Amino acid sequence: MTLTEKLFARASGKSNVNPGDNVWVKVDVLMTHDVCGPGTIGVFKREFGNNAKVWDRERVVIIPDHYIFTADSKSNRNVDILRDFVREQGIKYFYDVIDDPNGSWHFDPSKGQLKRQFGSNFAGVCHTALPAKGHTRPGEILLGTDSHTCMAGAFNQFATGIGNTDAGFVLGTGKLLLKVPETMRFHLVGELPKGVMAKDVILHVIGDIGFDGATYRAMQFDGPGAHALNMDDRMTIANMAIEAGGKNAIFEFDETTRAYVDERTKRNGTRAQYEPVEPDRDQKFIYDKTFDLSKLEPTVAKDPDPGQRALARECADIQLDRAYIGSCTGGKTSDFLAFARVVNGKRVKIDTFGVPATPDVVIELQTTLWEGKSVWSILESAGVLMTENASCAACLGGPADTFGRLNRPMNCITATNRNFPGRMGHKESKVFLASPYTVAASALTGHITDPREYLG
Amino acid sequence: MGAMSALIEGSIFVVKDNIDTDQIIPAQYLNLVPTIPDEYEKLGSYALIGLPENLYPTRFMTDGKMKTEYAIVVAGRNFGCGSSREHAPIAMGAAGVEAVIAESYARIFFRNCVATGELYPVESTSRLCDVLKTGQRGKLDLDASSLVVEGKTYSLKALGEVKPVIDEGGIFNFARKQGLIAAQQ
Ligand code: SF4
Repeated sequence: MTLTEKLFARASGKSNVNPGDNVWVKVDVLMTHDVCGPGTIGVFKREFGNNAKVWDRERVVIIPDHYIFTADSKSNRNVDILRDFVREQGIKYFYDVIDDPNGSWHFDPSKGQLKRQFGSNFAGVCHTALPAKGHTRPGEILLGTDSHTCMAGAFNQFATGIGNTDAGFVLGTGKLLLKVPETMRFHLVGELPKGVMAKDVILHVIGDIGFDGATYRAMQFDGPGAHALNMDDRMTIANMAIEAGGKNAIFEFDETTRAYVDERTKRNGTRAQYEPVEPDRDQKFIYDKTFDLSKLEPTVAKDPDPGQRALARECADIQLDRAYIGSCTGGKTSDFLAFARVVNGKRVKIDTFGVPATPDVVIELQTTLWEGKSVWSILESAGVLMTENASCAACLGGPADTFGRLNRPMNCITATNRNFPGRMGHKESKVFLASPYTVAASALTGHITDPREYLG
Repeated sequence: MGAMSALIEGSIFVVKDNIDTDQIIPAQYLNLVPTIPDEYEKLGSYALIGLPENLYPTRFMTDGKMKTEYAIVVAGRNFGCGSSREHAPIAMGAAGVEAVIAESYARIFFRNCVATGELYPVESTSRLCDVLKTGQRGKLDLDASSLVVEGKTYSLKALGEVKPVIDEGGIFNFARKQGLIAAQQ
């Protein structure tokens, strides 16, 4: 069996499963957020009754992150719906925006977008917060009401996005009927050359198989090239499996995984036991291809979908109005450090917005010093508009007052993960996906730029 | 909802490949909660509003109307790709769409159609989006797996195991009927 098949077999209590089997899977963690949580709660109450209790109050994780720092009243109300539900059910893991458990959430636009407006328990963007807060564990089943839930596949677990109705079902029963996917194998060898990042790997892969090339399938990344990647990089790759239509992504377990997971579960006091799945000798793949990472170059996905692959150096004629770094996949500390390496001591030429994925990223950037200056201040001196309010922000457009949103037609290069028409706001805008290096170099020149010449 | 008839008749709206969930229901409307009845209706009024005007000059929804005049949407490859938002099939269902006929679907959209029972996601056997035109009338027979437009019959793939789930109005009703979860008190 492949890694994904082994996870399905274990979670369904079977000794063996085959692709195409529909099996009842026991869920280890269910995650929801402010956009899909209220609807999920609505389904749960409608179907199980007003007095129903969730199947396990320690296995539901609720993370408001999408429409938080906006004056839109419905969005603020949606966070309040989550808060009421958490109180009523005694949900253990709720990363509230504010510290007052009896309060209600109101963003204050008069304080501006840049200054911190959240309390001490806020966790930021769900997919980055889940591992940081110790909720991703090898061998487990994680379902979330968000398509990029597949990011947790980096941790050797089955993780996928589901809709509100399925999530309502899980809330009541702790189970879901899922189909075992076929597995595609991406065997990575070689090392990433200078100027090339994990984002380039996944943009290259999606360009190769097409942006529906993995529909209904598991994407397994293995080989020495995969083991050489750190957890941030594995997350960047797993995050975008859905951009090829994949059901999930999965990496093998190794010392790097163990070190990351053990540190986070210990720090946060979350469940520390887990049992990884190890690869069998006889795995059957529906696709099996080796990728030599040392051959890759800085890569871009052009408008209007993540499969429009091109090399950055071939796109120099594409003029830009805006650059953006942020999101679950591109707003980690390592992403900002890469970005800062390129812009350090220089000035961006176009409007450039930076949105950290989590409050931890804010702290790390403000406390990491390069020659006596914090990385945060280096970014600000380069002209990057940095907000302390970690959230999804303009990654998915959001309400009109969302930080960085494309409110008129423009060309934007971004370290996020999706570029369908209208994704970041205006439906006539064009969005180009690239690595933090490439986004940074392009911000300096105002057109799409290969970052290698900016890296000494 | 309850059991639907196997025959769906109405006007057809045609879209091309890779219609993602942002085009079906743009993110700015995700502050609406589908289980709140008023907001469910409102979601319907925004269905497919994200289709760019230059590619789709005929609009799916008439401004100010809560329901669409199109009962059937015909699409190309990879319909419903992108986010997992259930708001997408719900917006279409709330607008009055009964079925989509696409060459292929993104996984989560297909599953959400079935789970909610909002829409029948039917697969075509040929590229109907290049043949049919918006505004034509069609007769979709889910039992015979066929679509008849202007006297011509197009064969479709059978819905198979998902049809009874949608007939019942989604997974909860279906699971209750099968005894998989307890009947509602
Ligand atoms: S940052 Fe973007 S991709 Fe990630 S969860 Fe938020 S909206 Fe989705």
